[in-house]
Amino acid sequence: MMNNYKIAYKVSVVVIAVLAALLVGAIIIIAVGGDVFNTYWIIISMPFMSMRTFSEVLIRMIPLLIIALGIAVSSRSGIINIGAEGQMYMGIIAATVLATNCGSLPKIILVPLCIIAGGVAGGLYGFIPGWLKAKLEVSELLSTVMLNYVATQFFNFCIRVPLLDPTEKSGTPMSRRVAENATLTRLFPGMSLHQGIFLAVILVVVIYILLFKTTWGYKMRAAGASSRAARYGGINVSRYLIISMVISGACAGMAGAVELMGVQGRAVAGMTGGYGFSGVVVALFGALHPLWIVPASFFFGILLYSQVNLQILTSVPPNLVKALQGLIILIIVAVQMVISNPYSMERFRKRFFAGRKKQNIRKEA
Amino acid sequence: MDFIVNTLTLTVRFAVTLMIASMGEMFNQKAGIFNLGCEGIMSMGAFLGMLIPFTMIGAGQAPWYVNILGLVAATVCGILLGLIFGVIVITFRAPQGIAGIGMQMFGVGLAGTFFRSYIGGTQSIVGISSMEIPLLSKIPVLGKILFTHNPLVYFAYLLVPVAWYVIFKTPWGLKVRAVGTHPRAADSLGINVTKIRFQSLAVGGAMAGFAGAFLTLCQAKMFNADIINGRGFIAVALVYFGQWHPVKIFLGALLFTFAQTLQTQIQIFVPKFQYYEFLTMLPYILVIVVLAFNRKSNRLGPAALGRPFNREMRV
Repeated sequence: MMNNYKIAYKVSVVVIAVLAALLVGAIIIIAVGGDVFNTYWIIISMPFMSMRTFSEVLIRMIPLLIIALGIAVSSRSGIINIGAEGQMYMGIIAATVLATNCGSLPKIILVPLCIIAGGVAGGLYGFIPGWLKAKLEVSELLSTVMLNYVATQFFNFCIRVPLLDPTEKSGTPMSRRVAENATLTRLFPGMSLHQGIFLAVILVVVIYILLFKTTWGYKMRAAGASSRAARYGGINVSRYLIISMVISGACAGMAGAVELMGVQGRAVAGMTGGYGFSGVVVALFGALHPLWIVPASFFFGILLYSQVNLQILTSVPPNLVKALQGLIILIIVAVQMVISNPYSMERFRKRFFAGRKKQNIRKEA
Repeated sequence: MDFIVNTLTLTVRFAVTLMIASMGEMFNQKAGIFNLGCEGIMSMGAFLGMLIPFTMIGAGQAPWYVNILGLVAATVCGILLGLIFGVIVITFRAPQGIAGIGMQMFGVGLAGTFFRSYIGGTQSIVGISSMEIPLLSKIPVLGKILFTHNPLVYFAYLLVPVAWYVIFKTPWGLKVRAVGTHPRAADSLGINVTKIRFQSLAVGGAMAGFAGAFLTLCQAKMFNADIINGRGFIAVALVYFGQWHPVKIFLGALLFTFAQTLQTQIQIFVPKFQYYEFLTMLPYILVIVVLAFNRKSNRLGPAALGRPFNREMRV
């Protein structure tokens, strides 16, 4: 049973953090000449206006959720994967190759095949920074970022030369449309929500079981919590680093395949849309826990969808959302440190709860 | 021949961006702070470097003091962002890697937001044009490569020996190195670890902001939301490559800028070349390869790099 003052402390820290984020956001909005309340209202209310807008949020939530699950696995193993963007591109390339060329296969085979192909490609691409970190001590923060740029260029090359749609005359580099048998069916008529949400739900369960109910997950978490202690305990830390990075990359690759087959329908430039970086924010916001990541990804789905509405309805540039995400990361990491700091908690107790101790005892009696 | 001279000339001019940013990052890392937010700070610097000449003069030729004002604004903004980062990672002791990603997204997002509402679309400026130094620039080949740049370039190169002197020969530099190597020992000798780390973040932020403004004013002469395009991250990697030594960082900046300039020059001189994406990848792959084969240098780095210091904690 947690003490009252501890709960009060944590709640008040979180409330202050949220207020701080809103305040800084408001300052930015005022600086660009926007209406603060209107802007916030548009961000929050638009998704709930109709089933159509709600499903727009959900289709943004799907890739975010899948990527964030992967990032949670790698972060828990002590390696921060900010290369989801690149892994997603690799997944898209692999899925595009299959989905545009194997249209004769039945749907029940082709769809999983494409998703698996995306996962394998992303996983292989995640293997590189994992291996570099485990064997050559290359900081994953730098290698994954560099690999993002490499993957982006490779993707641009692929859709411009080998995968280019020959019937497209406008000169915009894009691949052919994926075969009918490779598209994820929309669940409701008139709404963009597609079957990919099932994959997301399955992955939540799988990653939860992997992390908390299997030996692998235990060893990964041990390696992440304290690599020295884990090594002393006989865990091959570098092996689990690599495995976690492969899983993380596979998740990002699958997210790419789902985005291709469910939303875009063809590979176009810039189609990852910053999901890779937002995934990091979502994973952190969800406290690196698969179940908490679900609401976190929903919240960030709302934020990402608001980019569209801000563009149409206000004078506030949609780039604001990226700044807000960065702000949220900064505030989360600071808040986590404050929350876990026993000294300031003690100070908080003395300041606000010292006098009421007697009352509490009387109540309990 | 033209191709080679052009590439080298541009390398000498453009290396300044990476070099200054990387030098700033070196100050941070020497004090034990791993600042991945360099990219974000550079973005804001680049934006301010564009904004001030553009709003005051428009797209035309701006007088020199307006450009300088842009540089100063970018530098001040860099200091502010560096100090904000300091509050997060020093005062709150947040993990520096993730906080750096946050700073990067915040800076890039903020620059994009302001850019879209104050400037609108992609605009170009005249910026600071290069000038030929009389006599010296007449030397064949070398004259063009070395002596046809604007004064800022020479000022920036002057910073290499200055940075070396400050880090290795002044009391403050010694304190910075002590704080980054063994903060507890430094603390026991009466050095204020927090203060020194904040100061080094201010210096690093200032240089990152300056580098960003240099990019828009002298190199790209325009701005868009992703103009930095990984330069901030390369700057961080360069510090590892240069083994935390100003002169080696300077050489590294030249090498990487050469790789970048080479690919743009090939695109200009060989327009039929089909596979230019692979050339664009080159600098990024180079970073990874260098980091992989340079792992000994990890041990040359500041021992307390990335570790928050808590005075109240027992070891």
